[in-house]
Amino acid sequence: MSEKRIDDVTGTETTGHNWDGIEELNNPLPRWWLWTFYATVLFAVIYTIFFPAWPLVSGATQGVLGWSTRGEVARDIAQIDEGQQQYREGLLSVDVHMIRDNEELQNYAVQAGAALFRNNCSQCHGSGAAGAIGYPNLLDDDWLWGGRIEDIAHTIRHGIRNEEDPDARFSQMPAFGEMLTEGEIAGLARHVQSLPDGADPLSGPAGQLFADNCATCHGDDAQGDPEIGAPDLTDAIWLYGSDLASLEDTISRGPYGVMPPWGERLGEANVRALAAYVHQLGGGEAGEPRSETNVEEQIGEGDVPEGAGRTGGDPSDPDEVPFPEEASGTD
Amino acid sequence: MATNSDSLYAARAPIFPKRVSGPFRRLKWQIMAVTLGIYYFVPWIRWDRGPDLPDQAVLVDMAGRRFYFFWIEIWPHEFYFVAGLLVMAGLGLFLFTAALGRVWCGYTCPQTVWTDLFILVERWVEGDRNARMRLDKAPWSARKWRLRLTKWTIWLLISVATGGAWVFYFTDAPTLARDLVTLNAHPAAWSAIALLTATTFTFGGFMREQICIYACPWPRIQGAMMDEDTLTVAYREWRGEPRGKGLRRRAVTEAAETTTRAAGPQIGGRSPAIPMPGMPTGVGGPIPDNAPGDCIDCNACVNVCPMGIDIRDGQQMACITCALCIDACDEVMGKIGRPRGLIDYIALADAPAEREGRAPRSVWRHVLRPRNIVYFALWGGIGLALVFALFIRPDIELTVAPVRNPTFVTLSDGAVRNAYDVRLRNKHGEPRDFTLGVTTSSDLSLSVEGVAGTSVEVPADAQALTRVYVTAPAGAEAAGGDTTDLRIWIMDDISGERASAPTTFNGRGTR
Ligand code: SF4
Ligand code: SF4
Repeated sequence: MSEKRIDDVTGTETTGHNWDGIEELNNPLPRWWLWTFYATVLFAVIYTIFFPAWPLVSGATQGVLGWSTRGEVARDIAQIDEGQQQYREGLLSVDVHMIRDNEELQNYAVQAGAALFRNNCSQCHGSGAAGAIGYPNLLDDDWLWGGRIEDIAHTIRHGIRNEEDPDARFSQMPAFGEMLTEGEIAGLARHVQSLPDGADPLSGPAGQLFADNCATCHGDDAQGDPEIGAPDLTDAIWLYGSDLASLEDTISRGPYGVMPPWGERLGEANVRALAAYVHQLGGGEAGEPRSETNVEEQIGEGDVPEGAGRTGGDPSDPDEVPFPEEASGTD
Repeated sequence: MATNSDSLYAARAPIFPKRVSGPFRRLKWQIMAVTLGIYYFVPWIRWDRGPDLPDQAVLVDMAGRRFYFFWIEIWPHEFYFVAGLLVMAGLGLFLFTAALGRVWCGYTCPQTVWTDLFILVERWVEGDRNARMRLDKAPWSARKWRLRLTKWTIWLLISVATGGAWVFYFTDAPTLARDLVTLNAHPAAWSAIALLTATTFTFGGFMREQICIYACPWPRIQGAMMDEDTLTVAYREWRGEPRGKGLRRRAVTEAAETTTRAAGPQIGGRSPAIPMPGMPTGVGGPIPDNAPGDCIDCNACVNVCPMGIDIRDGQQMACITCALCIDACDEVMGKIGRPRGLIDYIALADAPAEREGRAPRSVWRHVLRPRNIVYFALWGGIGLALVFALFIRPDIELTVAPVRNPTFVTLSDGAVRNAYDVRLRNKHGEPRDFTLGVTTSSDLSLSVEGVAGTSVEVPADAQALTRVYVTAPAGAEAAGGDTTDLRIWIMDDISGERASAPTTFNGRGTR
């Protein structure tokens, strides 16, 4: 129904639309409203000239300003990167075990280390650093290769039992399955399992076996040796499991856990940040470096390789992957 | 006029409100002085909070995520205070609208206050209504340019001051003022000033009533919130009609019929009169007799109206109830020796009684009606609750987030350790040392990452995140069992004040 009529009260014509008796007055729109509308249209057109807008077959028009969200992110990253430069230099200019004394530096190291850890380490050690069978738990107070911050940094820098880094720590537990009988291994496993409860490592027939085969590395007291990555067998922490089957398997197989070297890939500043992060997860040991070999000489500013120590790729290039192929180590 | 749509669009017809004086005008001047005074000067009030905290009494510190209001400081997690204030503002508006109609619009809305100020400047530069109308029609002469440029310049200065005052609420005012003068201020400050200058200038100078009629949602909402007991500005047409010019007005008869029927000309189709509920349509209605009414049709009420409408058309959306027409009409009534209040604050519910010559009900009967009392009770209840919450608000607080990746860690001696992210809040103006502890029925001990004891320093007015370890020795029930309840507490070493939070400990039984 559409019947225009003049409204009694206002003398204004209605639009003729009638919704259950409710009618609409045909009042004119304010003209500035119209101009506002034209202005928004004009703005939209100008906007599409300056900014990426019109969709094309692949991609869209770029806009004369060359602005992009990717570029924006790259700029932000570059800016943050620049702001972090002082901390990276700070990390390189002090002894690793002194980082903790500088609150600001420690703060940066822990935050940066946490990010690095999630990207690079969590695949094996878990996002909470709790490890898994064969991958050490970094939260506890038991360290195969030492838990002082310099030891940790060295482990991260060069890795364990890898062939890429000549400075990687090495040691190998023999596969006793080829040397001992099944019965001997079963006995040894039972013996080892009783060590945390205070059993004498060297007593009894299994103790003899222990003395002959294991004590060289694990020690007469079975407390291991961090210099050669020999685990403490008297504590409650078992990298490969503490049930008899696991222990038998470990003894006969002789595990060979490998960790890649990170020094070249991440740069020294990031290695130190990671070490600081791991060290404060709950198990880090205090004190000076355990051994001189674990200390990287201080690196002067000029020695920092281009781009080293960045947490990401080249920020100026939005397309660059963080770690290009050629940087990922040798075969 | 709003005739049969010659055009789809209507240009704004300029309005030239005439100067008026009277009690409502005076009240509006006073309110303008107070509101503008608060707006411009509050950021400059200083308030000493100690060396580590800003000394600005009212400060919205976005970067620091704090809101300072004299002795009150609101942290982000206490935003419910702000939410409570917003609820109160909403209820307050309900209350005032239900009781007194659009008083917000008429007296305190920034749009009204600044428009009023701009009209004041306009009148000061260009003269009163008639002079301004003449000037508007006059061709662009040197004099017209001079007057217009003077007016615009003053408007612009006010606008800049308005935008300028706004940014002072968000950062230390003296510092920012220095930065602005030396052109060192942050771009955000400049753009905020530019934006507010532009809006103040156009809204106060050129848009004025257009904002109220077309852009603002309040007229619709408030119109719907009023009822027949609401006191609002209205014309006593039963007293005023039939209107007519001349002191000894000749008998009106047919003329009255036609003039009242049309209810006076509409201006630019802007003001469709809305019939009063419960009353005959329009203001025409049956005319009791042909004796002239009190309205001498002098148009004083129309001439002073900043919205350019005629209140005699009845209640209408464009009316912001600024009450200036009351002052104008009262002055006229005084001159012709009639009682004041031809236009007045009245409740529509009283119209039938007044029509029959009986006295209206008292103002308080209208104001103290159940609806308003409920609004007031809610408003006051929330207000009291906020004040109460403010006073029991602790100065130190903690939250405990158990680390659940992993749920527990076995240590080399067989002990079981849980980690907790504990956030400690120190709301004091100086750094405080907090001692942490654990209360539990079981054999648990607490240590803090990175410190030797169990004491942590939290900087002034800050939150500190610490990792706290709770350890159950090997063989303890908590170590082998499932979960154990515990409570982590903190104690302010200086005041002895304590706070605590419950959490659980996971033993080896929780895989
Ligand atoms: S209509 Fe809107 S802008 Fe106008 S006075 Fe009322 S609240 Fe303010
Ligand atoms: S009609 Fe009266 S109260 Fe309403 S806006 Fe105009 S002058 Fe103000």
